[in-house]
Amino acid sequence: MTHYLLTVHGPAERNEFGNYGSKEEMEAAFAATGAFNDTLHADGYWVFAGGLAPATTATVVDGQGETPVMTDGPYLETKEVIGGFWVIDAPDLDVALELAAKGSKACGGKVEVRPFDGLA
Amino acid sequence: MHSTTAAVERVFREEYGRLIASLVRRFGDIDLAEEAAGEALVLALEKWPASGVPPNPGGWLTTTAGNRAIDRIRRERQRDAKHQAALMQYDDSPHEHLGPVEDDRLRLLFTCCHPALAPEARVALTLRLLGGLTVAEIAQAFLVPEPTMGQRITRAKQKIAAANVPYRVPEAHDLPERLGGVLTVLFLVFNEGYLASGAGDPVRAELTGEAIRLTRILRELLPQEPEVAGLLGLLLLTEARREARVRHGQLVPLAEQDRAGWDRALIAEGHDLVRECLAINRPGRYQILAAINAVHTDAPAVADTDWSQVVALYDQLTQLDPSPIVALNRAVAVAELDGPKVALTLIERLPLTGYHAWHAARADMLRRLGRTAEAKESYDAAIAATQNSAERAYLSRKRGELV
Repeated sequence: MTHYLLTVHGPAERNEFGNYGSKEEMEAAFAATGAFNDTLHADGYWVFAGGLAPATTATVVDGQGETPVMTDGPYLETKEVIGGFWVIDAPDLDVALELAAKGSKACGGKVEVRPFDGLA
Repeated sequence: MHSTTAAVERVFREEYGRLIASLVRRFGDIDLAEEAAGEALVLALEKWPASGVPPNPGGWLTTTAGNRAIDRIRRERQRDAKHQAALMQYDDSPHEHLGPVEDDRLRLLFTCCHPALAPEARVALTLRLLGGLTVAEIAQAFLVPEPTMGQRITRAKQKIAAANVPYRVPEAHDLPERLGGVLTVLFLVFNEGYLASGAGDPVRAELTGEAIRLTRILRELLPQEPEVAGLLGLLLLTEARREARVRHGQLVPLAEQDRAGWDRALIAEGHDLVRECLAINRPGRYQILAAINAVHTDAPAVADTDWSQVVALYDQLTQLDPSPIVALNRAVAVAELDGPKVALTLIERLPLTGYHAWHAARADMLRRLGRTAEAKESYDAAIAATQNSAERAYLSRKRGELV
């Protein structure tokens, strides 16, 4: 089994319906994502998942010096940011890719699949 | 002594794909498999000149390399117990998700052509692990510096290991899609050999031969798949004309080839495959391309070619693959039925101005229509767009013949 990080990428700028076109679209995507999460639990792939607040709420901390330096905003100023993620435990990449495709369809965003090198 | 060395190397090359594939299946680690195979080769080179090549050299190499891999795991386990604990959990039992066909090389071929790998890495990895070509040979074939190719292959192997790309034949429902990726890689390898993109040898028989060998293995393993039969038929019917295709360093177009120089045995085998595909009646891209080549190789002379059949097959192919390249090839056949004027109109519509074959086809139509000045310009554009020496020589001759 391998752990994979599935990150959902979408526009940094959000409207009142998140990244969705309308209230209905947003609610449909939330419902589909909830149903997808239920299957991850039921099939034993679930480790952790969550949606993130807008990137503008991020703070970058550099603690390498004597006093930590804080900077408002995300580490990289980009048009596309991570909006949410799953951590799954799957037997191999084929399974992870299949789940990513389902997750992408459910939440309505592109999903990057990246294996963990190790787990603490 | 020297001939034994050559014999060992030949056996090693022939057995390499099988050897690596069985080691990867046993130990689940491509690097370990390659190292163990390399050690087995060194031992064979030491022993076989004195003892002679064993009756089952492939079996000898597999056993020896397997023992070397286990030795290596034991040695490293002593050095790094924690890391090796993971390595020793290798899978020596049948895989839990058994695909419809079981063969180590087939599994590895699907791994090498996995859609999560970059297309250029798929081709390189297939040639390295299943074809047994060296990194230097692959780098030369694809005209990239050896370190670049080495890095490309290393990166792909790292991804396979880190992301846990499985070694298995996909399940039946995924097979058609995944098989398409494998056939594309084999076709690309062949094409690079048949009309090399670079300025070196215009034809690279080692690549066409390797593509045919791997496609033959695929055909043995998936005898029911008409597209596999179609690709093999296409490659054989194309390879059959290889000797007649270049003369005095110049490309010889189909119409001008000496048909006595075609390989009759390959043509017969290719025709059998095309007939088999027709009987299955599940047409696909490679089967149609094979059928087009069957029509050409059926004609004793170019004048005997059944062009309406060729155009009909291109029409069928267009339904499956409405790409401009298919449209260009169709237009060239249309010229033989409806004349160069009709064909030129079809050609000029296509968005292929960066493609040498588009310029060459356009130049040919303009030449036939007597539009000499435009034809010359088109030949110049075609020559500028290709590096292949035989093709350049042919196009330069055609241009030179214009007055």
